[in-house]
Amino acid sequence: MSEVKIKNETMSAILDKYNKDKGHLIAILQDVQAEYNYLPREALYYVSNELEIPLSQVYSVATFFKGFSLKPRGRHTIHVCMGTACHVRGAMQILEQIQTETKTDCDGTSEDGKFTLESVNCVGACALGPLVVVDGEYSGQMTVNKVKPLLENYD
Amino acid sequence: MVTLNIDGREIQAEKGKTILEVARENNIHIPTLCENEAVAAYGACRLCMVEVVSGNRNRLVTSCLYEVSEGLNVKTQSDKIMKVRQLVMELLLARCPNSSEVKEMAQSVGVKTSRFEPEQEDNLCILCSLCTRVCRDVIGKSAISLVSRGTERQVALPFCDDANACIACGSCVQVCPTGAIKMVDQGDTRIITWPNSSHEFKMKECQSCGKYFAPEQQIEYMMKVSGLEEEKFNLCMTCRP
Amino acid sequence: MNDKNSKLTSIKELELKRAQIIAERPDVATISVCCGTGCQAFGGQKIAKAFVDSIASHGLQESVAVKTTGCHGFCERGLLVVIRPQNILYQHVELEDVEEIMNETILKGNVIERLLYITSDGTTRITAEEDVPFYKKQQRLVFGANGYIDPTEIDDYIAIGGYSALAKAFSSMEPEQVIDEIDRAGLRGRGGGGFPTAKKWKSTREAHGEVKYVICNCDEGDPGAFMDRSLMEGNPHSIIEGMIIGAYAAAANSGIVYIRNEYPLAVKNTEIAIRQAQKYGLLGDDILGSGFNFNIVISRGGGAFVCGESTALMASIEGKVGEPRAKYVHTSEKGLYDRPTVLNNVETWANVPLIINRGASWYSSIGTEHSKGTKIFSLVGKINHTGLVEVPMGITLREIIYEIGGGIPDNKKFKAVLTGGPSGGCIPESLLDLPVDFDELTRVGSMMGSGAMIVLDENNCVVDIARYFLKFLEEESCGKCVPCREGLERMRQILDDISEGKGTESHLGILEEMSESIKVGSLCGLGQTAPNPVMTTLKYFREEYLAHIVDKKCPAGVCKSLVTYNIVDENCTACRICVKNCPAGAIEFIAKKTPVVLHQEMCTKCGACMDVCKFDAVEIR
Repeated sequence: MSEVKIKNETMSAILDKYNKDKGHLIAILQDVQAEYNYLPREALYYVSNELEIPLSQVYSVATFFKGFSLKPRGRHTIHVCMGTACHVRGAMQILEQIQTETKTDCDGTSEDGKFTLESVNCVGACALGPLVVVDGEYSGQMTVNKVKPLLENYD
Repeated sequence: MVTLNIDGREIQAEKGKTILEVARENNIHIPTLCENEAVAAYGACRLCMVEVVSGNRNRLVTSCLYEVSEGLNVKTQSDKIMKVRQLVMELLLARCPNSSEVKEMAQSVGVKTSRFEPEQEDNLCILCSLCTRVCRDVIGKSAISLVSRGTERQVALPFCDDANACIACGSCVQVCPTGAIKMVDQGDTRIITWPNSSHEFKMKECQSCGKYFAPEQQIEYMMKVSGLEEEKFNLCMTCRP
Repeated sequence: MNDKNSKLTSIKELELKRAQIIAERPDVATISVCCGTGCQAFGGQKIAKAFVDSIASHGLQESVAVKTTGCHGFCERGLLVVIRPQNILYQHVELEDVEEIMNETILKGNVIERLLYITSDGTTRITAEEDVPFYKKQQRLVFGANGYIDPTEIDDYIAIGGYSALAKAFSSMEPEQVIDEIDRAGLRGRGGGGFPTAKKWKSTREAHGEVKYVICNCDEGDPGAFMDRSLMEGNPHSIIEGMIIGAYAAAANSGIVYIRNEYPLAVKNTEIAIRQAQKYGLLGDDILGSGFNFNIVISRGGGAFVCGESTALMASIEGKVGEPRAKYVHTSEKGLYDRPTVLNNVETWANVPLIINRGASWYSSIGTEHSKGTKIFSLVGKINHTGLVEVPMGITLREIIYEIGGGIPDNKKFKAVLTGGPSGGCIPESLLDLPVDFDELTRVGSMMGSGAMIVLDENNCVVDIARYFLKFLEEESCGKCVPCREGLERMRQILDDISEGKGTESHLGILEEMSESIKVGSLCGLGQTAPNPVMTTLKYFREEYLAHIVDKKCPAGVCKSLVTYNIVDENCTACRICVKNCPAGAIEFIAKKTPVVLHQEMCTKCGACMDVCKFDAVEIR
């Protein structure tokens, strides 16, 4: 998938929202990612220039935190909760089944650009485990057999 | 001044100094790998750990960061300490099996081989981060940084390919304890190779003798910082009046 | 509310406001719909809206109200609806049930049997919330308000007495007296450290410097823990009030609530709460005319467990990577931006208004000698009543798991309970009568941690669990120090070998040896406590490790390399449900009344066949 072009007005609005405060780097990057579905390379340059933070530091922060993706993501993001409570209820099998169904590795995007699969270390909805979140929608008490029907809801 | 005890020796020291500094002043050897006088102490390699007793509290601390105090009792080679140093070196030996510096340091703490399988035979980087800290705090360029985290952590240029902030000064090469960063001058080009990326820098030619004496990016930076005109940078050190 | 005149400029005005809110509240029946993250996944918002619409269509707006609340805690039975004032508890409520509830319960006053809580043995229905075994043995001093207030309505909080602790502190207590009260109450940090809260506040108060901070740690990285999420979502004002009081005591004027990015509802509700508090002048300059200035901003985490550690958290607030640093000088003296900083956990802050209002003597009468007050635990895993429970310190694990938790589902055998998350350990059946408190749990090799309590049954493998925690920490390690970064990976590789049947007895010795050095050699709490799960499982379940090593068997039937799925021929009716559901196509139908054949070479051991078989014809060997 190719890089997305950023819009200066969009980037500028995000930085202004946080008063161009260096300390809000993480929140700024989160807003950029919410806008473009990932962190475009150009966006990191923009942030580095405007906030006067060395590019290497912005890049370090972008690669340190699990929440950020530096690669364009698919149309739909699947988060499989791998927290302990979900693990003891079989989250690993669910993850493997989703990998098989979407032909995607964890932290990867399917070839057709439809799904990005990521694991997340506990979303705090443990009673619903094993849990899969697709585009922010929670599907609890997942079983291996529920995977295919769930994914068929998305195009 | 405070009085403290290191390995049974009573020592006088200036308040505010670290145990490592005081030990060195008194010829007591404590091994280190991530420490260099050019930059602030970091406490990452854990080799310099010592056992301290203060009051009735006994703990292990990094001597590069822990300040001396009155009545402090320090042991630099207790069993616990030696075991930590040995584990650290055994782990680093598995990480960098072909680094002579790592092998030497390992030997010095009594580790000849590692029980762990090496993963990357040619890896020389121990992630001491001296290179990135020097670039950031001494040179002020932050051209390289530590990227990702955990075992994925590595020293890299932004995006592993952007060398625009680098002035090819070679400070990172100099300060690296294991030679993991390499610098080679070949004619009009300087090639610097970091663990996962490399870049070629064009060198400036001396207008008098024709020798290639400094990277152009470095000259540009010095011009910017000093505010001096370009002509001042046209001659190499030998040809300068 | 008149925007211009909404600021409360004195304690008297706050009390007048409170009286006004209460007086103006109609005495109506309230339908309390749980809308915490968990119940939202069960359709909480849609169901709440359906109730609102139904009330309107019945013309009952004057006598019935709907309240969307934060998490009630009884997550296993979500979606939860409670009809007040009778406190009729309905469980597993669905959209289709709304009309029936309106017609039967609201209009006619009848309870709907099938929606009432039912005991795990399926015999008894219970009507009132307070009689339900899950709630009965709890002491919901901090968490209880969640079921009664809408977290996005500050007036709800004020109506139940909110901000009266603040008023009391400002009007009758000097900052030092506040610290003294918290000290005598014996409040200890609820985030895992158990550090005496008053000591932290005092240290910051006395530290050199004009600018000081108070921080609320809502990073809650322990997988399986969601107490802080539910408190922050469901009652953000209790934390705000606690922070204002703490800031007053510690002489700080800036507050930060650090919320992990994976908790969007907590971020949203806290933002709303801060704005509303600012509007009332409870945050900002000259709070309630006291002359004290204090404001709070939110800082979001980026996705790193290590940012639950105080110095890493502070680095992240400063816009840097979450790398911890040595704490030979406490953060209470040199913390955020090298300034004196009090960092406390969500639950710790939420306990503060309670202590100030009801006094240290009352608070210290609850709990054990060295662990005062209550603790909220998330009870998850192989347990009937998954959810959040608040209990007095000193209650036993057995009472929590069996009397409140309803025991183990499907009549399986209890194996162990994990406490303290990745930093903690497992506690076996023999220790179930252990009173839960900071020191007791540490004494047996585990720790309280943030409060996640994960129950395991006979079908969980401790080798698999130990490996899981190591993998988790390996991925979350910041990578700065050698023992943690390199050591945890190597320990995990050994666990891989053991779970694949490639382990040797000498591996156990290596694990023990490495654990010692990693514990004392690592830079921060992540590495220092990382060996705990391995060490405690080895201590209490050594024979299970040996089964993997010597017999090359996984007794719990979990480790894939050591088990096979098999058809039990005598039980198989050839109904073909497993054939249809096998994602790998590994099961072959032969003929009617002939057992199916499972082709081992194609089997991925996903367990789907076992899940769907109704004849017990699939077993793990």
